[in-house]
Amino acid sequence: MSAARTAALFGVVAASLAVGLAAGTVPLGLGEVWAGLRSADAPASVIVRELRLPRVLLAFLVGGSLAVCGAALQAMIRNPLAEPYLLGLSGGAGLGAVVALASRAAGPWAVPVAAFAGALAAVALVYRLSLVAGRRLDPRILLLSGVVVGAFAGALMSAIIVLSDAPTVRNAFLWLLGGFGAASWQALAVFAAYAALPLAAIGLSARSLDLVALGDEPAHHLGADVERIRRLVYLCTALLTAASVAVCGIIGFVGLVVPHAARTLARPLHRTLLPLVFAGGGSFLVLADVVSRTVARPLELPVGVVTALVGVPVFALLLRRSVA
Amino acid sequence: MTLLEARDLLVRYRGGPPALDGVTCAARGGELLAVVGPNGSGKTTLVRVVSGLLRPERGEVTVDGRSLARWRRGELAGVLAVVPQGETVTFPLRVDETVMLGRYARLGPLAAPGSADHAAVNEALARCDVADLAGRTIDTLSGGEWQRVRLARALAQQPRVLVLDEPTTSLDIRHEMELFELVRRLVDAGLAGLVITHHLNLAARYADRILLLSRGRVAGEGRPGDVLRADTLRAVFDWPLAVTAWSDGSPQVVPLRPHESGER
Repeated sequence: MSAARTAALFGVVAASLAVGLAAGTVPLGLGEVWAGLRSADAPASVIVRELRLPRVLLAFLVGGSLAVCGAALQAMIRNPLAEPYLLGLSGGAGLGAVVALASRAAGPWAVPVAAFAGALAAVALVYRLSLVAGRRLDPRILLLSGVVVGAFAGALMSAIIVLSDAPTVRNAFLWLLGGFGAASWQALAVFAAYAALPLAAIGLSARSLDLVALGDEPAHHLGADVERIRRLVYLCTALLTAASVAVCGIIGFVGLVVPHAARTLARPLHRTLLPLVFAGGGSFLVLADVVSRTVARPLELPVGVVTALVGVPVFALLLRRSVA
Repeated sequence: MTLLEARDLLVRYRGGPPALDGVTCAARGGELLAVVGPNGSGKTTLVRVVSGLLRPERGEVTVDGRSLARWRRGELAGVLAVVPQGETVTFPLRVDETVMLGRYARLGPLAAPGSADHAAVNEALARCDVADLAGRTIDTLSGGEWQRVRLARALAQQPRVLVLDEPTTSLDIRHEMELFELVRRLVDAGLAGLVITHHLNLAARYADRILLLSRGRVAGEGRPGDVLRADTLRAVFDWPLAVTAWSDGSPQVVPLRPHESGER
């Protein structure tokens, strides 16, 4: 990427973070935000430091991670419609998290582990289902299986939430729709701890992703260990999705919208694409969160609603293009 | 020396009859081996086995004298390059980016391509006559251009063995001939070549040796004139045909219409 584009990208990221810190139930000027960040005595300090900063940073990291998941899965199954939500990973992770909450066994650090188990189970099930037609994997059947597994997980989640008497689980209903209302420094720490390793692993596999995007056979001939990279991608995206779901519920379509936009801006080589996708996904989700908490002030719209409103038209566009 | 060798291969797909049974073949540097045979005779299976995609139940493949199982994946890609049959394009790269993929096995996860890599890419682009397409995206190429770009990607691997699976399918006469001419030049420059094709007549004129497969078994192996014999081919392809000689002495196969053969 050229220096000018890199600078523009940093500008977009900085602007989205600034807007994220300034907007909200109590609108702040950029000067107030800056003062609040610099000094604990400034009037806006508590709002900026304790409420908005962790919220904005969490939204950025989650958005970046979900977008990277989308890009990696799209290369893996060679279809621009792949992303954690549509492939059922989010549903599986949500179910895992709800089970953990309902059994009252889980603290904030353990919920992602249960979500991870759920996401992995969902991946395995989706994969198994789409092999029914034969040994060759058809990306379209994979997506269909993902939607079906996601719907099944959603039904089980609703049942558990309705039947459970634990108050934490009642709240789960709102949490499931996706939102950063409960963001905290602890949630940020939990997410960062779980996301760092899989993000690094996907980043280091950028070249392998270029190869597997060609298809299993050409990738093999060009030197890629296709089975190893497949396991790595499924494992890392399951982990990232699980960590996201655990801290902020189910947020769909980030992994669909952002890589699509990034491919129109940069070459589809993953070494340049992945950093762009991460920064773009982060900014996108920060701004979506701004919309979610300002559009119906003082009420907050779940951020998953906002991303779906943007994501579904993009999905339709991509679908038209992939069929044409 | 013998760069690619397969000995006594046995391959079965899930309970079916053997896809390959007792197949042995070899290609030396500077030698082009053409593999011919009817549909389903095991040609593509042979490519899958010699490239390590499929492990044979019995038999062994050696590349440059070393058993296939003892090559690391990335290492092998620097010695053996394969242009598989079809390839669908999901995310259209540029031609130069596509050819650079041939260098990936030699690059570390973070390292940028160095001058040796760019030199190899440029040389491959030039040898396949696609240097002027370098900036185009691959979804805009014609069938012949795309095949040459895929061949350039394989050459960028700087292999010693080149395997091509039906490289001229859907190409017209000119592009077909250009591709065979190119492959022949590469082999003359020292590569060991293995090409799968349905064109018996081109195989007869370009290849040094021909391997004729029939239902997974070797129905003939040797110089074109020794393998492409009317009686053998008639039995293998189950169709009447005649074999004549071109002015350079290579056998040329003419399929007959039923009333011409006096049979059927």
